[in-house]
Amino acid sequence: MEPIVEVKNLRVEYRAPNRRQAKKVAVNGLNLRVNAGEVFGFLGPNGAGKTTTMNVLLGFVEATSGDAFLFGVNVREPIARQRIGYLPELTYYYKFLTAEEILRFYAKIFGLPAAEADRRIDHLLKLVELEPARKRPLKTYSKGMQQRVGIAQALINDPDLLILDEPTSGLDPLGRMKVREIIQRLKNEGKTVFFSSHELGEVETICDRVAIINQGELKVEGSVSQLVAQHQANLEQIFLKIIGYQPQLAA
Amino acid sequence: MNTIFALTGVVIKELYRRKDFYVLFFLTALITVGLGFVNFFNDDKIVRYLKEVCLLLIWISSLVIAIATAARQIPAERENRTIFPLLAKPVTRAQVIVGKFLGCWLACGLVLLVFYVFFGVIAGSREHHWPLLNYFQVLWLHWTMLAVVIAFVLFGSVVFAAPSSNTTISFVIVLGILFIGKYLGEVSTRQPEPVRTIVYTLYFLIPHLEWYDVRERLAFDQKLIPWGYVLLASVYAWFYSAFLLWATGLVFRRKPLNA
Repeated sequence: MEPIVEVKNLRVEYRAPNRRQAKKVAVNGLNLRVNAGEVFGFLGPNGAGKTTTMNVLLGFVEATSGDAFLFGVNVREPIARQRIGYLPELTYYYKFLTAEEILRFYAKIFGLPAAEADRRIDHLLKLVELEPARKRPLKTYSKGMQQRVGIAQALINDPDLLILDEPTSGLDPLGRMKVREIIQRLKNEGKTVFFSSHELGEVETICDRVAIINQGELKVEGSVSQLVAQHQANLEQIFLKIIGYQPQLAA
Repeated sequence: MNTIFALTGVVIKELYRRKDFYVLFFLTALITVGLGFVNFFNDDKIVRYLKEVCLLLIWISSLVIAIATAARQIPAERENRTIFPLLAKPVTRAQVIVGKFLGCWLACGLVLLVFYVFFGVIAGSREHHWPLLNYFQVLWLHWTMLAVVIAFVLFGSVVFAAPSSNTTISFVIVLGILFIGKYLGEVSTRQPEPVRTIVYTLYFLIPHLEWYDVRERLAFDQKLIPWGYVLLASVYAWFYSAFLLWATGLVFRRKPLNA
């Protein structure tokens, strides 16, 4: 079966601000496979290379070497992003537009016919519980509401793959629960979800498989249950062990 | 084209939800209407002066709106990071450039239409004369000239770090071309080498925006410009706009998305 996301020997280098300094290697020789219908957790401490890998998958950053594919199409081709939905960590939308206008804008980009766009906009605004605020500009929304607009825009094309960058970051417990419910619903619908998070309890609950990277390199990859059984510990303990955290030193 | 039209729509919405246009239109209307009520020295040519002042205000306002709108498009996308969810869709950077350009150009076209309708109503109510084809030619050439200005400013927005420096530099260059562009050829002949060659080359390289300033056709009720010249001027402007957009695309393609 063809993987939905495939990363092969990915290496990403960033130019140092000072030309005399060596280039910074953000991702080094990363290999990943995410299969259809999986909820895949992409974990790592800050600066591990998670966002860079996502940026390569989304076509924001060019790989120095190696390749990445979505649905078998090289991410260098814009069409690779036709069947994905992306939710950034923070809300980055045009604040002068209303929720309805934002969704209509993205629906146009995907070439949805007007009637179909209307139907999906109504459905999504109900799903994220923004129906009463649909005509208000985004600048009047709270952070949680803006994040829900983000979820709605990520789903406007009814994507087969969702890429979520720390989707619950900065949300209150209620907001987190709603996001979890939506991910769970998408999983039940057979969608593939690729997401990064620092909420390891949440990852353990939702994910089928996880990958942990540190300093740009893949440290471990496998199903959550398999890792838990193998290490006789919960995901947080496994994570801390893999990234080399030593509690006795910290104490 | 869906993507380009979607981006165009957002730029137009942004323009009419901001206050720039309303402020400039209100000021132009206020000054023009105010002058209309003043009879300087019992001069019977007051309508002509009124028309000249109003047309000058329209030109200044249109340049302010075009440059300010175009200058903030790409930097705002990068600073507010709206470029990320946008490029996460099947959208190329070239489409972003073309969509932004078309949005700014169409928005400026709407602004010009409002200004010229106002001008026509004021001038027509005084003169009882409605040279519609002259209005069309003046508006069309003005709008076509703005296409070059917008493309130039978009290019500046991917080259210069700050939108404010781009706005200032663009204003200086556009006003410089409008005021001294046509004299460069003549000036070059009086210069020693190598300045002569440099100035002469510059004369042929710069887009001659001053050709599109045909306000006197309306102010002095002059006859129509031959349509062939209008077409040639339009093709010339489109060529420069396309070239500048291509250059913008080349620079933007290599630009990091983070501001």
